[in-house]
Amino acid sequence: MQKMAKTKNKLVTVTINGEQITVPAGTTILEAAKQAGFKIPTLCHHPDLKPRATCRLCLVEVKGQRRLQTACNTPVREGNEIITNSAEVREARKTILELILADHPQDCLKCSRNQNCELQKLADEYQIRENPFVVSAKNLPLEDSNPAIVRDMNKCVKCGRCVEVCQEIQQVGAINTANRSLAYGISTAFEEELADSTCTYCGQCVTVCPVGALKEKDDTARVWQALNNPELHVVVQTAPAVRVALGEEFGQKPGSITTGKMIAALKRLGFAKVFDTNFTADLTIIEESRELLKRLKDKGDLPLLTSCSPGWINFIEKMYPELLKHVSTCKSPQQMFGALAKTYYADKAQIPAEKIFVVSIMPCTAKKYECTRPEMKSSGYQDVDVVLTTRELAQMIKQSGLDFAALPEAEYDEPFGVSTGAATIFGATGGVMEAALRTVYETVAGKTLEDLDFKMVRGLDGIKEATVDLAGKKVKVAVANGLGNAKILLEMIKAGKCKYHFIEIMACPGGCIGGGGQPFGATKADKEKRLESLYAIDKKSKLRKSHENLAVTQVYDDFLRKTLDIYAHELLHTYYSDRKH
Amino acid sequence: MSKLMPLLSANFGQITPTSVEEYIGTGGFTGLRKALKMTPQEIIDEVKTAKLRGRGGAGYPTGAKWQQLYDIKHFPKYIVCNADEGEPGTFKDKLFLEKDPLRVIEGMTIAGYVFNAQEGYIYIRGEYAAQQKVFQEAVDQAVAAGYLGENILGTEFSYHIHVMTGAGAYICGENSALLNSLEGKVGRPRVKPPHLAEVGLFEQPTLVNNVESFANIPTIVQIGGEKYLSYGTAESGGTKLICLSGNIANPGVYEIPFGITLRDIIFDEELGGGPAGSKKVKFYHLGGQSGPCGFLPQLDTPYCYQALREKGLSVGSGAIVVLDESVCVIDYLLTVTQFFIHESCGKCTPCREGNKQIHVLLEKLSQGKATKADLQLLQRLSNLLPKTSFCGLGQAAATALSTCLKNLRSEFEAHLTGNCPAGVCFTKQESGEQ
Repeated sequence: MQKMAKTKNKLVTVTINGEQITVPAGTTILEAAKQAGFKIPTLCHHPDLKPRATCRLCLVEVKGQRRLQTACNTPVREGNEIITNSAEVREARKTILELILADHPQDCLKCSRNQNCELQKLADEYQIRENPFVVSAKNLPLEDSNPAIVRDMNKCVKCGRCVEVCQEIQQVGAINTANRSLAYGISTAFEEELADSTCTYCGQCVTVCPVGALKEKDDTARVWQALNNPELHVVVQTAPAVRVALGEEFGQKPGSITTGKMIAALKRLGFAKVFDTNFTADLTIIEESRELLKRLKDKGDLPLLTSCSPGWINFIEKMYPELLKHVSTCKSPQQMFGALAKTYYADKAQIPAEKIFVVSIMPCTAKKYECTRPEMKSSGYQDVDVVLTTRELAQMIKQSGLDFAALPEAEYDEPFGVSTGAATIFGATGGVMEAALRTVYETVAGKTLEDLDFKMVRGLDGIKEATVDLAGKKVKVAVANGLGNAKILLEMIKAGKCKYHFIEIMACPGGCIGGGGQPFGATKADKEKRLESLYAIDKKSKLRKSHENLAVTQVYDDFLRKTLDIYAHELLHTYYSDRKH
Repeated sequence: MSKLMPLLSANFGQITPTSVEEYIGTGGFTGLRKALKMTPQEIIDEVKTAKLRGRGGAGYPTGAKWQQLYDIKHFPKYIVCNADEGEPGTFKDKLFLEKDPLRVIEGMTIAGYVFNAQEGYIYIRGEYAAQQKVFQEAVDQAVAAGYLGENILGTEFSYHIHVMTGAGAYICGENSALLNSLEGKVGRPRVKPPHLAEVGLFEQPTLVNNVESFANIPTIVQIGGEKYLSYGTAESGGTKLICLSGNIANPGVYEIPFGITLRDIIFDEELGGGPAGSKKVKFYHLGGQSGPCGFLPQLDTPYCYQALREKGLSVGSGAIVVLDESVCVIDYLLTVTQFFIHESCGKCTPCREGNKQIHVLLEKLSQGKATKADLQLLQRLSNLLPKTSFCGLGQAAATALSTCLKNLRSEFEAHLTGNCPAGVCFTKQESGEQ
């Protein structure tokens, strides 16, 4: 939209380092320079966020201007003569970098972002070999009192990206800028712990942090320990969105599909079984479709809201507990898996549940919290023992000396290996909705759905909607991704103005492909590639509807229908609490 | 001939500040009455002819600022008076607020008429609680007398002034930070563009002017821009309220015509009257902590925007702090830098980290621990801040340092060899070490 408006406007011609270039009015110097082939260094800037112009590294010379200008936010003007790389500019940038580094820990070797840090890259580009300024340590305490996110404000470069994401995109408002001058930094309200704040552990702040100030809680050591324990039978499940992002950690293009290699890597790491969370995604669809149909029939609480995204669950529990009755009682696929792994699978494999150690590979930081919730012990044990992010898995693979690109393609293990395309698209915003619609339609209409692609609910738009004809009944559905968008729909429900019957909500923009545990540095364009790949997998799948997954049917036949209803229900369903902040 | 020119300050101490009647008795509100019969463009043209420059410190031509806002056809527009007088050594706006508030109200109201604004805000620094009370009362009296509020003087024009309090942050004197603070947000400067004329208070087109700038408006309208200009120089119209402090015999606020020399200001018996004690003047700090320091060879420079700028000096807020030979330049700059470290908002690197490192280096100098390389580093930082900082605060934070490095180089160098010409630095430290 914005681009269209720009091109309708007039064009301006400027000279950058002697090269003439014509761009639409309103284009920033940074963007124009990029188009002309000149890279301008940035630190506080992020291509998907607003310019802040606070780090002052993107300074350039504009002829006629007394001061250097920040390229990230200054629009080009007709006739501008811009120099991006003069001696003066380089000197200024280098001094600013030295100033930032003098206020930063000098322990790159020990940092989780070593070799993947925007500040470190700049220091290298500008050949900072020694620092003339006095380096001061801040000795701020590490905030690691929650299961998901670690904040190390000693490393913070005060770029403010995390604040924009938390305040404006997610509208969670857990963190903001605080204090001034030397004490200026990012803080929760009154410096309370994240657990006591409105934080949902969505981890969007982590994904935009240019340095090691924000990261997931590192649980790899616990997994290594389990793998090295001969007493334990260690199984792993992988979420749908991991397979289309993991490759980026090994230099592959965004959206590279790495399912087979990922499974092979996990097997070589020593996991006894490698299972697919997609299996329980299909199971989720069966359960959630039933719930929707029941609520439609009984005139229950509508709209029904999905429950797969733990960041979203934290959000509604903390911010809109009065609407909790709308949330599906279905556990997330990760937690259904954990519950079945330590009951159904334990029986089948004849391994005592206490000997089974369940690891999840998730694109998510909030999943680390979800698995520790007291409700998630329906097997009698903690159903999922450890959650690793996509990034942590990559770390383990690198540490094992596996040549990822050279790995053979392996396949998932039974009995949780079969899944449908419907489950794969759980990783994309709109995917759960589309999967549910495929099943609900055929259940209600009693006939085969001709066109399986519900394109209305696909894509990166914040809120999408569709109306589906279910045997004469028009069912209105909506999909929101990003908690700021979720908020819009929740306010509608609160005001009694919500016309939808069923709403899918994912905490992260783009859904799980844009999750807080995914590889760093992904832009919106990269996330689109991940999305496309999930739909490509779906398109190629032999099975594309969850209710056609016979392995799931078998779980019902062999296990769930044979146990007490109440127990089966507890394995697959949960409840929520008012945690109003 | 007297070097004082009480054009704006004539009422100070002469009338009851909140009395509309007494204000009218001295010619008050004739500017407004006249303005209401003029077109907005005619008024702007008078301000342009007057060559009035912003009295807050930046010295931007007020007429040009008004024209830019006038040309934006987007409403509502807001009028904001910056009364966050935080610049150290500056206390002239305070006098307007407490001794002649109706003049400021009249100026703001004329601006309201020019821009067809219905709401004006005055942001008064928190430390001026007493002045704020006086100002509020003056507003109430003006409303009661029909010079403010609904249908001013029986015309269609309605205009209200809201008195708002700051909380003591220097950065809120920066116009965009001030607007953030007015909106209830944290007082940190905004990213520009967009400029405040386009996207100002509550995201609407906004005029922000200093107290003294507004105080000039009734006079300019009343006597005309040409006459007003004639009180000053060809480029700097009218008069300026200056604030003398430091090692000076007669500290205080004086209204002078532009064009008299710095020597007149500091030494004339009617004005500064020379240094306070027996020591000679060493240097003087113009325009507050954010301004440049001036030195003895520059004393014959006329006090006006252009002549000062040619000498690397500036009018700034009108503050003039005089320092005699008992002052060590390093010691003085340490205080200046501490001020900026305290007041920096902290969001941009050069200001937050640069001032910190300047302080480290000055401290090394004052302790006799600095090397030639440290002096070079200090020079590098003094070049960096003005060119790279986000807002006026950071851009100006090293101005005093730059001018002192240039003009008192030998005193810096003396400190490298453990010698403080003023006898301030090492005596302190030696007794501390014993």
